[in-house]
Amino acid sequence: MSQTAPATAPPTTDELPAAPSLLKRLLLKPEMGAIAGAIVVWIIFAVIAGDRGFLTLRGAANYLEVSAELGILAVAVALLMIGGEFDLSIGSIIGGCGMIIAILSSEYGWNYWAAIAASAVFAVVVGVINGVVVVKTGLPSFIVTLAMLFMVRGATIGITRQITGRTQVGGLKSLPGFETADTIFSSKIHLFGNNFAISIVWWLALTVVATWVLLRTRFGNWIPGVGGSLQASRNLGVPTTRVKILLFVCTALSAWLVATIQVTSFGGADVLRGTYREFYAIVAVVIGGTLLTGGYGSALGAALGALIFGMVQQGIIFAGIDADWFQFVLGGMLLGAVLINRFVRSRAVLVR
Amino acid sequence: MSENPTAVPAVQLRDICKYFGTVVALEHVDITAYYGEVHCLLGDNGAGKSTLIKIISGVFQPERGEYLFENQPVRFSSPRDALDLGIATVYQDLAMISLMSISRNFFLGSEPTKGWGPFKRFDLQLADQVTREELGKMGIKVRDTQQAVGTLSGGERQSVAIARAVYNGAKVLILDEPTAALGVKEAGVVLRYIAQARARGIAVIFITHNVHHAYPVGDRFTILNRGTSYGTFLKQDVTREQVVEMMAGGQELEELGHELEEFARVDNLAVERREGRAIAAEGSAHLPPPN
Repeated sequence: MSQTAPATAPPTTDELPAAPSLLKRLLLKPEMGAIAGAIVVWIIFAVIAGDRGFLTLRGAANYLEVSAELGILAVAVALLMIGGEFDLSIGSIIGGCGMIIAILSSEYGWNYWAAIAASAVFAVVVGVINGVVVVKTGLPSFIVTLAMLFMVRGATIGITRQITGRTQVGGLKSLPGFETADTIFSSKIHLFGNNFAISIVWWLALTVVATWVLLRTRFGNWIPGVGGSLQASRNLGVPTTRVKILLFVCTALSAWLVATIQVTSFGGADVLRGTYREFYAIVAVVIGGTLLTGGYGSALGAALGALIFGMVQQGIIFAGIDADWFQFVLGGMLLGAVLINRFVRSRAVLVR
Repeated sequence: MSENPTAVPAVQLRDICKYFGTVVALEHVDITAYYGEVHCLLGDNGAGKSTLIKIISGVFQPERGEYLFENQPVRFSSPRDALDLGIATVYQDLAMISLMSISRNFFLGSEPTKGWGPFKRFDLQLADQVTREELGKMGIKVRDTQQAVGTLSGGERQSVAIARAVYNGAKVLILDEPTAALGVKEAGVVLRYIAQARARGIAVIFITHNVHHAYPVGDRFTILNRGTSYGTFLKQDVTREQVVEMMAGGQELEELGHELEEFARVDNLAVERREGRAIAAEGSAHLPPPN
């Protein structure tokens, strides 16, 4: 870049080197890898499972429902990871929130909606504890939320057994308030003669909101700020503590939403619900182009990562391949995504 | 100590003491920065420069001493308090988020908004436009304010950080070693922006351990050594050589000079012996005297 111009002269655009082509700029968007990946995965399963129902609308409704329940988590986790932190506790928050809803409404006779509200309060409390401990101690969120993962799961199993003597609670469908909750959290939308789960709408809506927040609001500018350099952001007056704690509350609430959807659609809860969801969410986020180191990423990418996850998990079943292979494919995709992301990041910094 | 009766003191610190446990970081240090001047804070590593600027910028609170901003006593509990008064600090390697765009970095923490209520949003068009204008005023040309800051050179990054602080209404601009990691040409670019910030009437406090960067732009020089101050000198009262000498603590540098000469002589003798040539120890074995 030239430094020869007099310092006071305004820059004239015709002196500047040409801007990179639109194609190149698009390729550097964090979610581009996930878009390409989603297309490739769809084509693969269209070829190997196209005649077994993968290409039908029913097939789409099937894998989109799987994608939606993961995508709700992944979108929130993406914001948190762009903010430079992990949340491994969401899997057990799903179990905990589900049990709170089930026990309060069935054992204690609470209105179903009141039980849902109570479990939301629980999620917020866990999120705040995660955030406060991470921010105040400076410990890695990986370890803090890993501890929370076990504590919440253990308490969920312990308390549930204490109260009910079982690890599963069912029979919620006839309780007061259940019907309206069922409409909002687990009904089906009839479209083109097929039933699509309403969780898909939640997933899409959250993706739109998260993307808008990330790209178009002040708060969204602070997220990669605190993730990229906490010290720099603090020096510039960004309320870093508030940003991080809020992001932990968002991931906890995403787990609460998934728990509510699951409990409502099953009419019951299981203490082990949500197991491994924390890792699947991270996989979706990383496939979506978000860096593990924070400061860079995309909510849309995370939603696409969840789409890929759903297509692969259900596509393998459609193709008649032993479902045991799903985890192998998942791990392979994660490794591939990390390698591609590393390459993209070096390009994003080097391109002039 | 020299005083300029016409200039307005922006920040004035008197008799500042700071301890970390039993370690003395600063003892009885005074510093006064005036509007429209560059005040160079010089000293070797560990002299207390960083501690002093952290006190000025509100990161630390002094154990003892007075802090006046525009002749009013102030007490900060966080950098935000100092920032609100217009005391901005640009840290060497903590200025920018390299994977964020230039304009997003430029407005990080002070984003312009439009709309209201839940639809209040970050005005990206305005941010891009202002960023381009402000960088233009400083003579920095960028092709695209959407490009990642990581694509800029180190000097450009420092310059963008300075432009940002100036735009955000900095009245006092503290620059922590802005030229330390830069090459000669890049450092020159940054020095030019320092001079421009001064021309806008800003009180600049420029921290460095490089006299060759400080001397050309500085109006006043405060030299710290092991937590104490040698005092503040106006440019016309002190030469570059005197500043260097005070920074390293004259005596020590002289001793070092002798030691180096001794090393050079021993080295040369060893080389000559190895090559089997006996040469009189007198002669070419002297290093040039350290400046």
